[in-house]
Amino acid sequence: MVAGASAAGLAAAETLRRAGYDGTLTLVGDEPHAPYDRPPLSKQILSGEWTTGRLPLRLRADLDALGLDLRLGTAATGLDLTDRAVCLADGSRVPYDGLIVATGVRPRRLPGDGRAHVLRTLDDALALRERLKPGCRLVVVGAGFLGAEAAAVAWRLGARVTLLEPAPVPLAHAVGTEVGQVLSQAHLDHGVELRTGVTVTEVTGGGVRLADGELVEADEVLVAVGSLPNIEWLAGSGLRVGDGVLCDEYCEAAPGVYAAGDVARWDNPLFGTSMRIEHRTNAAEQGMAAARNLLAAPDARRPFAPVPYFWSDQYDMKVQAYGFLRGHDEVAVVDGDLAERRFVAAYRTGERLTGALAVGMPPKAVRAWRQAIAGGTAWPDAVPAAGTEAA
Amino acid sequence: MRVELDVPKCVASGQCVMAAPDVFDQRDDDGVAILLEERPGEELLDDVREAVAVCPAAAIRLVEG
Repeated sequence: MVAGASAAGLAAAETLRRAGYDGTLTLVGDEPHAPYDRPPLSKQILSGEWTTGRLPLRLRADLDALGLDLRLGTAATGLDLTDRAVCLADGSRVPYDGLIVATGVRPRRLPGDGRAHVLRTLDDALALRERLKPGCRLVVVGAGFLGAEAAAVAWRLGARVTLLEPAPVPLAHAVGTEVGQVLSQAHLDHGVELRTGVTVTEVTGGGVRLADGELVEADEVLVAVGSLPNIEWLAGSGLRVGDGVLCDEYCEAAPGVYAAGDVARWDNPLFGTSMRIEHRTNAAEQGMAAARNLLAAPDARRPFAPVPYFWSDQYDMKVQAYGFLRGHDEVAVVDGDLAERRFVAAYRTGERLTGALAVGMPPKAVRAWRQAIAGGTAWPDAVPAAGTEAA
Repeated sequence: MRVELDVPKCVASGQCVMAAPDVFDQRDDDGVAILLEERPGEELLDDVREAVAVCPAAAIRLVEG
């Protein structure tokens, strides 16, 4: 059984079939839609460039060919580890021999009785798109990657956009101060108002209230302040949860139970640390890895040791990053020029190259950095001139 | 079997090239995927299925015919 019918859950289900499992395979998802792709929600769907018909991850025929017991619009509500069964919102109980938990995350929200958008599901994206008219005042709370992408699209649609961010430099905790400043500058260059160091305390009828009492007026508010793993349904089950479902390096959370995608926190041996990755590529890779390990003999299982990858499209910039950038000790620009928004930055954690982020560079060239990260390259070998442009 | 690549959907992640280097490449300038083998041999089909599964844009299909 697979709980969660988005990218990770679908990849797990497909991999189980490809690996030869031909028994009953139940795939449950809380949304009514067949598995669809989320990255375009804040890009082509929000902009109106694409219709929703382009979003399904698989054609109906390909999905049908998997022979699934597909239960959409039905959330998993409880887990019985002892009897090996999952309870569903419709009152039914699905027994399993093996389980993959891929229930994803949901957006964090803010207090207040005003109406605010979030952006996680197709329905969220369509509701916001419907409201984004030229001249409309949009306040985006949170200048992370999602907030930045949505701000860029709203600007292109003619909205008057204000981005509110509590940190002094958006994304600095993830990509470093210098790179964060470069990405922020793009907002200012396009006439999007960016206010940093401001904390929003509530959403009101006419906008958002800041910690100092100021009301920032808005016609529409988008809250993009991160997300929370969907683990509440596992409470009391005995499964170890914390910031996500806690797994070992095989993505196993308990005997016969694996987790994958945004909800899974696992030990990545390549970086020697536990991580929970909310990237589209990780969802598929981890869904596949979890499925393979679930079916494998105990000594044939393989640790899940990927180099994480994400991309982001903002204005005319394409951002790509490989590796694990959080908690880095040093950033060095190794190619191009920050000011031109065309560069590669390398990240050091400890003695090793652990990440690389590129803006406006040919993706094929950037891929070489992935190999260097996967190989655990020592920092001086990866970045001979290291130390000259420390951030 | 025939490979279908939905070029406008491609996000240039290069995942297909890593999974099936004999079947896919990327354009030098923008990284968009290129199909090298529309009808790959039997021995490459597992790689292609892997590429279908890891493509973050669901832009690849393997179809009969």
